[in-house]
Amino acid sequence: MTTLFLNARLIDPEAGTDAPGAVLVADGQIAEILPEGTQAEQLFRARNIDPEKAEVVDCGGKCLAPGIVDIGVKVCEPGERHKESYKTAGLAAAAGGVTTMVTRPDTSPAIDSPETLEFVTRRAQADAPVNVLPMAALTKGREGREMTEIGFLMDAGAVAFSDCDHVVANTKVFSRALTYARSCGALVIAHPQEPVLSAGAAASSSKFATLRGLPAVSPMAERMGLDRDIALLEMTGARYHADQITTARALPALERAKANGLDITAGTSIHHLTLNELDVADYRTFFKVKPPLRSEEDRLAVIEAVRTGLIDTISSMHTPQDEESKRLPFEEAAAGAVALETLLPAALRLYHADLLDLPTLFRAMSLNPAKRLGLPSGRLAAGAPADLILFDADVPFVLDRFTLKSKSQNTPFDGQRMQGRVLATYVAGTPVFRRD
Amino acid sequence: MSHVSPAAPGPSFAARHLLGIEHLKPHEITEILDLADTYVDLNRRPEKHSDVLAGLTQINMFFENSTRTQASFELAGKRLGADVMNMAMQASSIKKGETLIDTAMTLNAMHPDLLVVRHPHSGAVDLLAQKVNCAVLNAGDGRHEHPTQALLDALTIRRAKGRLHRLNIAICGDIAHSRVARSNLILLGKMENRIRLIGPPTLVPGDFAEFGAEIYDDMREGLKDVDVVMMLRLQKERMDGGFIPSEREYYHRYGLDAEKLALAKPDAIVMHPGPMNRGVEIDGTIADDINRSVIQEQVEMGVAVRMAAMDLLARNLRAERMEQAG
Repeated sequence: MTTLFLNARLIDPEAGTDAPGAVLVADGQIAEILPEGTQAEQLFRARNIDPEKAEVVDCGGKCLAPGIVDIGVKVCEPGERHKESYKTAGLAAAAGGVTTMVTRPDTSPAIDSPETLEFVTRRAQADAPVNVLPMAALTKGREGREMTEIGFLMDAGAVAFSDCDHVVANTKVFSRALTYARSCGALVIAHPQEPVLSAGAAASSSKFATLRGLPAVSPMAERMGLDRDIALLEMTGARYHADQITTARALPALERAKANGLDITAGTSIHHLTLNELDVADYRTFFKVKPPLRSEEDRLAVIEAVRTGLIDTISSMHTPQDEESKRLPFEEAAAGAVALETLLPAALRLYHADLLDLPTLFRAMSLNPAKRLGLPSGRLAAGAPADLILFDADVPFVLDRFTLKSKSQNTPFDGQRMQGRVLATYVAGTPVFRRD
Repeated sequence: MSHVSPAAPGPSFAARHLLGIEHLKPHEITEILDLADTYVDLNRRPEKHSDVLAGLTQINMFFENSTRTQASFELAGKRLGADVMNMAMQASSIKKGETLIDTAMTLNAMHPDLLVVRHPHSGAVDLLAQKVNCAVLNAGDGRHEHPTQALLDALTIRRAKGRLHRLNIAICGDIAHSRVARSNLILLGKMENRIRLIGPPTLVPGDFAEFGAEIYDDMREGLKDVDVVMMLRLQKERMDGGFIPSEREYYHRYGLDAEKLALAKPDAIVMHPGPMNRGVEIDGTIADDINRSVIQEQVEMGVAVRMAAMDLLARNLRAERMEQAG
């Protein structure tokens, strides 16, 4: 099967370029990157390709980029399939241009044994049209007491180990888990946060939180968590990724750790890049995420860190919640937002605001996450898997949350004007989504 | 006998609910206080009954223990002729797992006209107000707002001092956990007073400085030349550990006694929203000093302010219903 994408605007995060060109895909891989003005007939003749067996896609000058590799997607199987299943998450991912979902183990029960991991892998393969790579819990039941069978879980396909938003508070347990993970070559993804200081917090401490009377945590709790983890990395030499860095105060520590040669990377969430604490307004629970939304100064500092590459990855932190868990007083309401479908349109806000260019965005959404997990995808280069998205960066629309494909529709962007959306998504050269 | 409210000069207080001071304009605050003054007069007569709420149903929903606020709202409603029902929510449906919104919908189906709500979580009353067809009065939500307390404090100050602007007002004690402090800070700020917040830094977070208040951790310094000393109750039940070393040290440093009060203006008044912890935040003899303490007046103003607030909301509710009926 051969597909030729003609007349495209190629977003190449590796080269950092945004230029017209064409892409030839064969046998599920990118075969060749071609210059602007490539003619189908000439090319097929030159490459000995039977035009009858080849498909030509005229991109009409729209953007063609490597598909998004999203670290930290919550699919609610096992346990809460009414909130999200592999099928619905997969459809949402395809519609949002996410070609690889790296799923979280914070299910009920947690994915902490090879048996549960095999169950979700089977469910994912049967139902999801995009690539699914599972993460496993770092400690049993995500309780922070005993490490999981990291070796067996890797054999079963776990690509990383994380207790998600549960911080392993016991430093001895965490240091042993990091040491053991290093011996297996496993990547540990942690949530940098001082858990006692942030217990019960529903907002970041600020004038706004004070006015609303919400229990709040200082942004310093994130830096304290990161500082501890960095010290443990110096001790253990483990491979480490911070799931979400959301405050300006954590950035100098991250920069020093990288400069000191530790094997550390960091991500942030699309919500912390595009929203701030004031969006909570009159206790709107769809804006309750974990960690809580930060100040505008923090948001701008984090965007700048993505631009310079200090923060490596952007994730959706897709967290489905049903209406019942959100229709509660703010303190009691569940945290989290769905974002597989809104990740790209929200990220394009940063592009339209002239804060980040498209190659930088795709470096953080596609290239860097793939590199960190050792995947060949995330690149626009010969030999890479043909996981591609075609999108219109400019088309305006108003988001109606009831059109989302997720089972849960808890998005903070409901009713908001957005610009840019996916036209088609390809996984290994096969279309898995086309917008009518 | 029937009580006739003075005709309001045009449509000024037009709100549907009273959820907080944040959304009130200065002239609306003045309007509530002016009307409340007339209810003070009514309440001092031997015959205290009016029928401005006749035919309306008032439900008091208290998800948190309260004696004085609930009694005050109940009496206010009864004096105005409403049918008043009290519901102690802690004891009922919450225990059975019903959500706040379901409880609200259930009550809404009984067609109440005025719903008075207290809830332990900030924002819960706002949430409830979105789901019901009647007027909602916030009787305190979490550490967010307690608007009728701020209004009754304002009325007490205005009557004692003859004005409600350009006063130096100290709010002392447990600011962090206090919805009373937030509502008072907003109200007194809107009326152009200078506000000082006094307390240990664990109980007076620095974010309050951004509201334009001056923050003092030395009470003696902070009380100098103030016109009003507003004490707050130490909310032991909301503290999850270690805000102050001990009650006796707190009393020594932040309890109001004669010596510290002597630093305020000679005619400064002393207020407390109650219930008081005598010997913790306030010396008993000061609380009882009829020349300084207006604590009993606050309770009296509470009934009048709540009558005024419910009267105004009921007028708006009736106007809205007339409009809907065409």
